[in-house]
Amino acid sequence: MASKVVHAIYRDDDLLLQAVKQIREARYHIGEIYCPFPVHGLDKAMGLAPTRLAITSFLYGLVGLAVAVTMMNFIMIEDWPQDIGGKPSFSFIQNMPAFVPIMFELTVFFAAHLMVITFYMRSRLWPFKKAENPDVRTTDDVFLMEVDAANHNIDDLTDFLYKTGASEIKLIE
Amino acid sequence: MIVGAIGLIYGFIAAPETVEDVKEMMASEHHGEEHAEESTTAVNVEQLPGGDNVEMEDVSGYESETSHADETHAEAGAQAGHGEEASHDNEHYEHILHQLQNKPWAAIYVAAFFFFMISLGALAFYAIQYAAQAGWSPVLFRVMEAITAYLLPGGIIVFVLLVLSGLHLNHLFVWMDPEVVAHDEIIQAKTAYLNVPFFLIRAAIYLGGWVLFRHLLRKNSIKMDDATDNVYFKKNFKLAAGFLVFFIVTESMMSWDWIMSLDPHWFSTLFGWFVFASLFVSAITTIAIVTIYLKSRSYLEFVNDSHIHDLAKFMFGISIFWTYLWFSQFMLIWYSNIPEEVVYFIQRMEDYQLPFFGMLITNFLFPVLLLMNSDYKRVNWFVIMTGIVILCGHYLNVYVMVMPATVGESWFIGIPEISAVLLFGGLFTFIVFNSLTKAPLLVKGNPFIKESKHYHY
Repeated sequence: MASKVVHAIYRDDDLLLQAVKQIREARYHIGEIYCPFPVHGLDKAMGLAPTRLAITSFLYGLVGLAVAVTMMNFIMIEDWPQDIGGKPSFSFIQNMPAFVPIMFELTVFFAAHLMVITFYMRSRLWPFKKAENPDVRTTDDVFLMEVDAANHNIDDLTDFLYKTGASEIKLIE
Repeated sequence: MIVGAIGLIYGFIAAPETVEDVKEMMASEHHGEEHAEESTTAVNVEQLPGGDNVEMEDVSGYESETSHADETHAEAGAQAGHGEEASHDNEHYEHILHQLQNKPWAAIYVAAFFFFMISLGALAFYAIQYAAQAGWSPVLFRVMEAITAYLLPGGIIVFVLLVLSGLHLNHLFVWMDPEVVAHDEIIQAKTAYLNVPFFLIRAAIYLGGWVLFRHLLRKNSIKMDDATDNVYFKKNFKLAAGFLVFFIVTESMMSWDWIMSLDPHWFSTLFGWFVFASLFVSAITTIAIVTIYLKSRSYLEFVNDSHIHDLAKFMFGISIFWTYLWFSQFMLIWYSNIPEEVVYFIQRMEDYQLPFFGMLITNFLFPVLLLMNSDYKRVNWFVIMTGIVILCGHYLNVYVMVMPATVGESWFIGIPEISAVLLFGGLFTFIVFNSLTKAPLLVKGNPFIKESKHYHY
């Protein structure tokens, strides 16, 4: 790797959150943080752009709704109208209440599944992919922060990170 | 804070005056209504040329006043002529007379119940905060308490209206009319439950219980301000839990008694929940609106955006919950198409099409689309605007629950309805804001108050 990074390990999420704020104030650049669980407010503290996943989810929901409407209209109205319970199925709008559960389910189905798939693609995750996290303990109980060493004095940076509460620090060349 | 409170009193002293005005308006309206209708109905009959037979004439069984109206006259009123039989004309005329006589009463009843249910819902929400030991909400407790202050006067008003119905001064409840019952086997079978004395006793029990719980919760909350330990908090926790048990049973029965029995033939097993969803979302919306209003007047500087955000989340969620129940009730009955059940919805779809389906836009589409975005839940004027639409929508909801059974197809949101809303709205606002002035706007002594002040989403 061309650039040097420092891996600092924290053992507590509150400590981590505090440290992130201090480090950013000191104008160091945080590359990535590996956590065993989502830390509330971490994205804001790191200054990440707000997620656009919600927007995609809404759009997928609309797609699902449209699919459901088209599908039910074709199946129940155009292709094979049936008289069910004395309700001749010749018009979509008059039979709409019966289709609402399907419309709802497909909306949720599309929104949920496509959103998860989008999330995987966006995070570059796929089956059998090799894990990227540099320390296996981040899947258990520690938080690992990757700080760009760049042109900073490594000793100063290390001291500073210890002061913010890091329990271990490693320099990765 | 107390100085600010005095300012509030001054600001709302105007309210009772307008209330009086509206009362006068109501009274004159009421008389005008009865005189006016003779001429209007006569004109109606004259205008109709004798011609087609009434379509649904074959549904001849004299059920109740109301369902009679739906079945035989629903389509007759508008286009089909019925000048052929003089007797039928008279019957129809008499029928519309009853409906129009009912109209101002029903208008008062809808508005009185609507504001009453807001304060009842606020009490339920308040009790849930205690029972769940919620950490985010104690800064809003005084607002909620103030809204519940309307429970007593609002309850008395509703009770008086019910007593007046019981005394046959109006005909909101057809099952109270002995003549109707004499011809109606279904209601006869229900007289063990649906009879005037028992009905009023039940109403007194619900109202008495709710008002008592409210009184005790409020008293403990005031005492908590000066308390050094958590005794009153624990007391309120137990009271709130007890109230919720009492509430969910009595609320359900209240909805059967006060609303569902307007259509004594019809029943729905999730009606209690349906009414609950409506009153709950109206109450939360009112809490949000009052909070934002007070904040804009800088009385609640300890309330931050996160509190508003949470209230808006509740508005959003409970609106969807209401729609879910509305649809569950509607779809099963619509689909199964059993005559004695589906008549309830046929009447609403044919005579009340606009409010019945319009409700879905105001109570579902609007809040869902506007409050879906997380950031919009923090934009105060967005919450206010959505809140006003939600409140109008739930007024319509009560309207559509009450009106078809009481006035049938002769509905119209005119002067009696609007002035009744203004009357009780004015009284409600006056009592709520008057109550806000009675105690400091921030509760003290609640163990969660610090958490609540620092609450951050």
